[in-house]
Amino acid sequence: MVERTPLFDAICQAILLIGLLVALLPFAIVIIAATHDIRTVNIVPMPLMPGHDLMANLHEAWVRADLGSKLFNSILFATSVAAGKVILSAMAAFSIVYFRFPGRSLLFWAIFITLMLPLEVRIVPTYAVAANALAPFQAILDLTGITWLVRTVSGLQVTLQWGLLNSYPGLVLPLVATATGTFLYRQFFLTIPDELAEAAKMDGSGPVRFFFDMLLPLSRPNMIALFTIMFVWAWNQYLWPLLVTTDPKFGIAVTQLKLLIPSEFGLPDWNVAMAGTLIIMAPPLVVVILMQRWFVRGLISTEK
Amino acid sequence: MASIGIRGVRKAYQKNAVVHGVDLDIASGEFIVILGPSGCGKSTLLRMIAGLEEISSGEIAIDGIVVNQLEPRERGCAMVFQNYALYPHMTVADNIGYALKVAGVPKAERRRRVEATAKIVALESFLDRRPMALSGGQRQRVAMARAIVREPKVFLFDEPLSNLDAKLRVAMRAEIRRLHRRLGATSIFVTHDQVEAMTLGDRLVVMNAGRVEQVGAPADVYNRPASRFVASFVGSPAMNLLEGAIDRHGVFVYDGERRIEVPAAVENRLVGHKVTLGVRAEAARLVEAGTPGSLPATVDFIEELGAGRVVHTDFDGLSFAVAVTEPVALAAGAAVGIAIDPADIHLFSSETGLRIDAAPAEARADSA
Repeated sequence: MVERTPLFDAICQAILLIGLLVALLPFAIVIIAATHDIRTVNIVPMPLMPGHDLMANLHEAWVRADLGSKLFNSILFATSVAAGKVILSAMAAFSIVYFRFPGRSLLFWAIFITLMLPLEVRIVPTYAVAANALAPFQAILDLTGITWLVRTVSGLQVTLQWGLLNSYPGLVLPLVATATGTFLYRQFFLTIPDELAEAAKMDGSGPVRFFFDMLLPLSRPNMIALFTIMFVWAWNQYLWPLLVTTDPKFGIAVTQLKLLIPSEFGLPDWNVAMAGTLIIMAPPLVVVILMQRWFVRGLISTEK
Repeated sequence: MASIGIRGVRKAYQKNAVVHGVDLDIASGEFIVILGPSGCGKSTLLRMIAGLEEISSGEIAIDGIVVNQLEPRERGCAMVFQNYALYPHMTVADNIGYALKVAGVPKAERRRRVEATAKIVALESFLDRRPMALSGGQRQRVAMARAIVREPKVFLFDEPLSNLDAKLRVAMRAEIRRLHRRLGATSIFVTHDQVEAMTLGDRLVVMNAGRVEQVGAPADVYNRPASRFVASFVGSPAMNLLEGAIDRHGVFVYDGERRIEVPAAVENRLVGHKVTLGVRAEAARLVEAGTPGSLPATVDFIEELGAGRVVHTDFDGLSFAVAVTEPVALAAGAAVGIAIDPADIHLFSSETGLRIDAAPAEARADSA
């Protein structure tokens, strides 16, 4: 906008301020509720002055939801998913942009189309694959008649089995493939001048070297942005972790929130639920704040 | 240092041919300039030598070894790109030393060679900077240093000066020339700028539409252009070209009535032929209007160049440029005469565009 009238500016500021309040108010209520004791939190309307029980509530939530190990699981899970996405999509985009092979554009569009198939849509087949990661290969063997051949020749039944349920790989791997990230990298790689690749080629660098020496350093801001977004996304995953980890040992923090929310006829200790929410909200917040700093620095240092 | 042999090299994208059979022998240590308008295939030819572009047919040999199937790094060529193609995330030192790093040269040795190379191109004090923090000329020098440090057999330049401003371009031109004298490596320099070509090359290769039009020393190409195209492309201002025919009296006639005397040695063979007559602006002279034997024209406008000036005249609807050294006091619209010495006339066949010479055998050898 190039408007320069003071009145217009004032209106804009007012709208922005209202928007900010609307966005922050729920957080304020969460924080305030987390500081009250169980009696105060249930007064209608809830007092908007903070109480004194924040530490006690945090402790209670921590113990009740076993947040120590669950947060560890969550951090491991979200970091692995984000890192996996950053690495895998960089490699996928590299192959799509820099190599001419038959079916290249078909492959790209196949990846692109998965944007329309989020995990929720394909959760049943994905679960089936997670239950036995080798099932697709088993199907191939069965269909091509190799299973039959082996059984006829040797009398052995080929059964491939690799279960991923209740394991970290099971949590992480199905979420690692990403069309968004591949697309992001692809668009970035396309902006890198061809001459750079040619200069590297003249300097004797092969494709792998070029990838590590040129593309990865150049796409650092991209990687940081993608990592940040994907970390938060993975942190907030609920359905998949709930489905794939029946063993509490592999549970993550977000699904643990369920434990803290008072049931219909239980004790209405919303103060503890809110305290738990605060704890679980913290790590992605920290990641965003830290990464944002790097993100901006990365953008400045390349001066595109 | 290496000789390069190019034999019957063609390049086609699908059905679309861009280089139609180029034959060229480049001696070891020679500085060759490939000159041509954009889209004539000169860059494609260079990239085929570098190995960045596949050769559709024919062969390229470096030092007698056919390199068609070799990877760029195995050919021993270094290339300077038009937009420099510096690695933006590396310091100048890393940029220069990258090829050595890839080749596995030990760090100390690498450092020594990078510093020695930086000294050649006067970049010693910029080694820690990023390319972003350099001026255009400095970036250009980094690109050159990157090529030099590898001690390649062949230097390839792909229009390396076209992104520089005019003054810097002249300075870099001199620097490249000096560098070549010092290193003595075989160099191939692609450009569309004929001044660059004339000043840099030991030999010029003029290309048009995927074909080589003429190969020769700059002065030869200028003084005896092998074809109409070369005549119009080399030289500034461009050569004046007039379409017409040689009549029975052995005089060039155009427009039915205007006549220009042509050299006696060629006229007889060409009676009745359609030809293009070319005269360099520097060879034509301005004389008083109505001087016997001169062509009447009117002044259109005058380009002042400081050291000289180019008088553009209107010549019955055709433009005709005359370069003069002395100041002229002529207003637009003034009537003048243009005098042409028959010895300064170039004739080209209207059908083939090839040069028609007093000694036809020599002309054919030239245009091959």
